[in-house]
Amino acid sequence: MIKVVDAKANSDFSLDLTFNNGRRKRFCAKPYLEYEAFRGLQTIENFTNVSVSNGTVCWPDDLDISPDTLYLEGTDLDDSGTGAPSALDWDVEAIRRDFPVLSQTVNGKPLVYLDNGASSQVPQSVIDRTSKYLAEEHSNIHRGVHYLSQHATTAYEAAREKVKRFINAPDVKECIFVRGTTEGINLVAQSYGKKFIGHGDEILVSQMEHHSNILPWQMIAEERGARVVMIPMNERGELILDEYENLLNERTRIVAVTHVSNSLGTVNPVKAMIATAHKFGVPVLVDAAQSVPHFPVDVQDLDADFFVFSGHKMFGPTGSGVVYGKRKWLDAIPPYQTGGGMIRTVSFEGSTFAPIPEKFEAGTPAIAAGIGLGAAIDYLNSIDFKAAAAHEHDLLRYAEERLGDIPQVRIIGTAENKASVLSFEIEGIHPHDIGTILDQQGIAIRAGHHCAQPVMQFFDVPATARASFAFYNTREEVDKLADAVLKVIEVFA
Amino acid sequence: MSELNDLYQEVILEHNKNPRNFRDIGDADKMADGKNPLCGDALRVYVKMEGDMVSDVAFKGSGCAISKASASMMTQAVKGRTREEAEVLFNEFHRMVTGELDADAEDNHLGKLKIFSGVLEFPARVKCASLSWHTLNAALSGKDVASTE
Repeated sequence: MIKVVDAKANSDFSLDLTFNNGRRKRFCAKPYLEYEAFRGLQTIENFTNVSVSNGTVCWPDDLDISPDTLYLEGTDLDDSGTGAPSALDWDVEAIRRDFPVLSQTVNGKPLVYLDNGASSQVPQSVIDRTSKYLAEEHSNIHRGVHYLSQHATTAYEAAREKVKRFINAPDVKECIFVRGTTEGINLVAQSYGKKFIGHGDEILVSQMEHHSNILPWQMIAEERGARVVMIPMNERGELILDEYENLLNERTRIVAVTHVSNSLGTVNPVKAMIATAHKFGVPVLVDAAQSVPHFPVDVQDLDADFFVFSGHKMFGPTGSGVVYGKRKWLDAIPPYQTGGGMIRTVSFEGSTFAPIPEKFEAGTPAIAAGIGLGAAIDYLNSIDFKAAAAHEHDLLRYAEERLGDIPQVRIIGTAENKASVLSFEIEGIHPHDIGTILDQQGIAIRAGHHCAQPVMQFFDVPATARASFAFYNTREEVDKLADAVLKVIEVFA
Repeated sequence: MSELNDLYQEVILEHNKNPRNFRDIGDADKMADGKNPLCGDALRVYVKMEGDMVSDVAFKGSGCAISKASASMMTQAVKGRTREEAEVLFNEFHRMVTGELDADAEDNHLGKLKIFSGVLEFPARVKCASLSWHTLNAALSGKDVASTE
């Protein structure tokens, strides 16, 4: 587990931390409590006298604040700024020790977990933080005046601030907590659609979308008499940008596109696509479920109008997720669900709604999951995310090489720019049979249509086998995958 | 690998490779489509009746080795049986793969089909083995679509 071994506070409120793997990072520790209700509740005046005990930073007793209530945003002290991070910088064995699930055996074999595209695993720090909430802070948020409720609220809003910084949102209020990407896209489709989509309008959706970025749009299109129009892709699994531009017109009301394809691994040029859409005055929703676990994102740099992702694919718990939306849209569109916590006044003559983000957060949220998502972001901030991405890229290239050497294997999705998702088929063998035989070797992959049937139709396959890598996977695991694929071919010979 | 061999036995692998009655029947009396929406397996079962007897039965479609072998062996098992006998087999097969019938200990008519009892150890694959049977049952009862859901 990555631990802090030394901490030194500087006079400018920054903190230099040294980790047990030798990395040194400078953290700008600021009170994040910009959230309206809590602004001014706590301030940090004497950010000094920090010490380190048992791998965590200890704050002075007289500071009425816990490490949770600070957002630690680190920059590398030793980063000379020259040269790209390399996979060699990545100590994968140390990272693996942070994830307890990885040390178990499955069917008598060491677990090889290659289904990260479906759900990634959770580090101990996220488990601990979630347990702490359940053991010590559990209560309802935003309404209690008692001790527990205030603590829970503080921790939950801290997680929102962490989200804001993680994606570089301009304002924490633009970050809405949802249960996951699916709920988030439904929220945008329904709320935006009711306000802005009308008869004869068009919604552009790419051919490589997950069903959760197709069906919500089909639903609202049907309701409003609009049409869902497909942005096509080529045989490598890349969107055809010329055709995309031709499809944009004065009837287009929104573009919905995935940042990284869950079934093909393609990284779409969403920044350029957003710029193109904006030339037509059209907003863009980015499905970021598969991108946030793999590389740093910046919603302002992308200029995304909506940016939606899940916690459970980025090392956090299930039941957590985020809709980032530009304030101008979130203010303009109606609530998605209604109920407690999202109102200003209620009477039988009519009701008014709270401002964002509460407007979109009816009912008691998944508080433990939200706080866990915050802890997952802390974890990602504590590692060298760029070196992690380089390591994943190395794994992908190695896996493509190993599987590519097997004549019966066909790799599906060969885009130039890919995240670490590898879909493949073996001639004459159904992916479910591959999945079952690999499972018997302790190897977890996904077999099926990956909730992307239009992609399967395009490549004319009923389903594919998919290995999706995270930064804790190893080259040895890729070897085991390749050996097991050879075994499958042998069984079916 | 012992568990794996329980599932992918030679007989199953052989039926997967050379499925029997893998064709359509142009003048079928009954026909149904079976789909497993979770994995995309899809097959069509054709039935030709002579009075109350299944005189011919065949299937087409795509699926994994388990679903294909199961469909293939099903056609062999029900051909020449009465509708009632076929339904008894459907019930016994269904109960076997869902763990309600111990085919080695209790009376049944499953015969060679007992080979699919191994699928019990693979809960995710039970629907693969039973898809063709659900589809046959739908065809015999005059429905045109069966689903494992």
